[in-house]
Amino acid sequence: MSARDTDWEGVRLHVVTGKGGTGKTTVAGALAIALASGGGKVLLIEMEGRQGIARLFDCPPLPYQERRIAVAPATATLPGGDVYALAADAETALIEYLEMFYNLRHAGTALTRLGVVDFATTIAPGLRDVLLTGKAAEATRRRYKGHPVYDAVVMDAPPTGRIGKFLNVATEVSGLAKMGPIHAHAETVDSVIRSPQTAVHFVTLLEEMPVQETLDGLAELRGLAQGGLQLGGIMINMVRPAGLPDDELNAAARGRLDRHDLDLGLKAAGLEDSLGLATSLAAELGDHAREALAQRAQRHRLDETGQPCYELPLINDQMDLGGLYQLAAALRDQGAA
Amino acid sequence: MRLEVDRLLDDPRTRIIVCCGSGGVGKTTTAAALGLRAAERGRHVVVLTVDPARRLAQSMGLTSLDNTPRPVPGAVRDPRPGGSLHAMMLDMKRTFDEIVEAHSDPDRAAQILANPFYQSLSSSFAGTQEYMAMEKLGQLRKSDEWDLIVVDTPPSRSALDFLDAPQRLGRFLDGRLIRLLSAPTRVGGRAYLKVVTAGFGMVTGIITKVIGTQVLRDVQTFVAAFDTMFGGFRQRADDTYRLLQAPGTAFLVIATPEPDALREASYFVERLSQDRMPLAGLIVNRVHRSPAARLSAARSLAAAETLESAPAALIRPNEGSAASPGRYPLAATALRLHAERMQLGERERRLEEHFTGAHPVIPVVEVPAQPEDVHDLDGLRAIGAELARAADPAPAAAD
Repeated sequence: MSARDTDWEGVRLHVVTGKGGTGKTTVAGALAIALASGGGKVLLIEMEGRQGIARLFDCPPLPYQERRIAVAPATATLPGGDVYALAADAETALIEYLEMFYNLRHAGTALTRLGVVDFATTIAPGLRDVLLTGKAAEATRRRYKGHPVYDAVVMDAPPTGRIGKFLNVATEVSGLAKMGPIHAHAETVDSVIRSPQTAVHFVTLLEEMPVQETLDGLAELRGLAQGGLQLGGIMINMVRPAGLPDDELNAAARGRLDRHDLDLGLKAAGLEDSLGLATSLAAELGDHAREALAQRAQRHRLDETGQPCYELPLINDQMDLGGLYQLAAALRDQGAA
Repeated sequence: MRLEVDRLLDDPRTRIIVCCGSGGVGKTTTAAALGLRAAERGRHVVVLTVDPARRLAQSMGLTSLDNTPRPVPGAVRDPRPGGSLHAMMLDMKRTFDEIVEAHSDPDRAAQILANPFYQSLSSSFAGTQEYMAMEKLGQLRKSDEWDLIVVDTPPSRSALDFLDAPQRLGRFLDGRLIRLLSAPTRVGGRAYLKVVTAGFGMVTGIITKVIGTQVLRDVQTFVAAFDTMFGGFRQRADDTYRLLQAPGTAFLVIATPEPDALREASYFVERLSQDRMPLAGLIVNRVHRSPAARLSAARSLAAAETLESAPAALIRPNEGSAASPGRYPLAATALRLHAERMQLGERERRLEEHFTGAHPVIPVVEVPAQPEDVHDLDGLRAIGAELARAADPAPAAAD
């Protein structure tokens, strides 16, 4: 790994949450690339079974198996790294554990057919979560010849509304078996999640509802933080530059732009009917300015949380690997990775 | 084809409007805007929202919503058409408790409500929210107090959950496994167990190991107390399901012009037609259109570059030859922003065309992106007006 200073030195499990529609999966993907660049090996884990990672990286649907999906770009001085991905689901994870602990090699399929796995995870909702987080914790702790297999693990976690329950493993399964694999497993998972090795990042947009959910989520996790849970950064997705100096931004928002000046400029650029056009463009500028000012107010609310904020630029084209590299570079430039 | 929202809202035969779509597409705002518009056009409307984030409360300027419909203050300014607007937020646990109380004697109800397994089932089972939303919808419809119910579906990760989850809960509660597991506590259970194979013994063994004996005991006492209600659960889910298929129900699929949201909308549209659910149309929120669409992105960018790299040839009319590069920064910025907006609009249009190409007969309406968040009734009115705006005179891409 690089010797640069980053804000999350020592963190090896990055949990990424956010409200639906904020681009949580995209940011998790970009973070994985950012962490891998400079020679790292990073595992990106999907928790919701939507194959969002496969779509994002434009590769075939991911199995319950770690496979390499991208290469982080090499820099002038450092080699590139590797991003692996895995789509975790509770059913497969449970069967994996049962096989491991009870040697029930063929029981898995029978259990699935009978609907037992579905049943067990249904009557004990915490079980599903502990199996999923368990996979991430296991990958984080996995070692080969004394060295960690992955330099970092990035978890594309459930949305903000569910993150507290999801991470509060110990409490959620406390009613379950007091012995046996699940209980031991929950304790291991808990010890990883509540350690300086883990940080929980929030993805948001500069809009009221996502920002509110971020603040609510932070408040909820702060309640759990006494137990050692580490709050991470706030990743602000799809940021557009204001493009105008403050005085003009304010004037534009109030519809008080110097239209004459605009008109002259359009004329100078050789556009016909510049006056009619100036009216339309002034209206667009007004929309843009109001949006920019509203975003600034939301940004202020995020700053007040005291958590580090990182800005990811709006990618105008459809998100692809090129766009992900851009976002990854932005995260690295700002010290998030 | 354009979706005629006012015709839908004004038609007295429209009794239920269901707004569905993936998370973050503006379902709640759309449902509230439709409800407000219908009320102001003379309907007696109740808006049912299922969102724990209380977004509807915010956008309707309310501070609290509970499990009973409350009048929305300030709605329906013009009393002439005689409409009214109520809103309520679903309390899923309360709704579940009410079903239990209504269907068992007080002692048994108390026993069920105190059961730890019931408590986790009624507050955190994936699907309970959808089931209870359907249940509440059925209750509201039955009460006949409102002539239009607008439902905002739960913020599931998939729009399909709204249709699937209630059945899932019904199936689960009715299921073979839950009965087998709890068999020993029930009369006649032992006889039943005899015919069960030894393999099943292994299965219960594993379940006990995994979830623990305490949980299993809770499940067993729950099943014993809940016994008479089991069949009813699937029945209720089926009833509401049929209500959704009935004439008088209209589904509106909500999306934004983004790949994920439109893909989800596509799945949902296909599923509705499979299940013979009445689809009224697609609402595309947050669409970027320009009032200056005749100036293309390419020309706009070129013009911005001309201004930014302007040599002496570009002079302000009254300034002689003193022109310097970047003479008109405001115009250049405006042109760049315009170009971006046109490109974005073009991309959105392509995505939408992809959808309409696959589903050509579905009426569509677009709602422009709002520069600021909607959080008051005026904002909802503006959205309502956009929804009902007469056919778009604009762009060539309309055909």
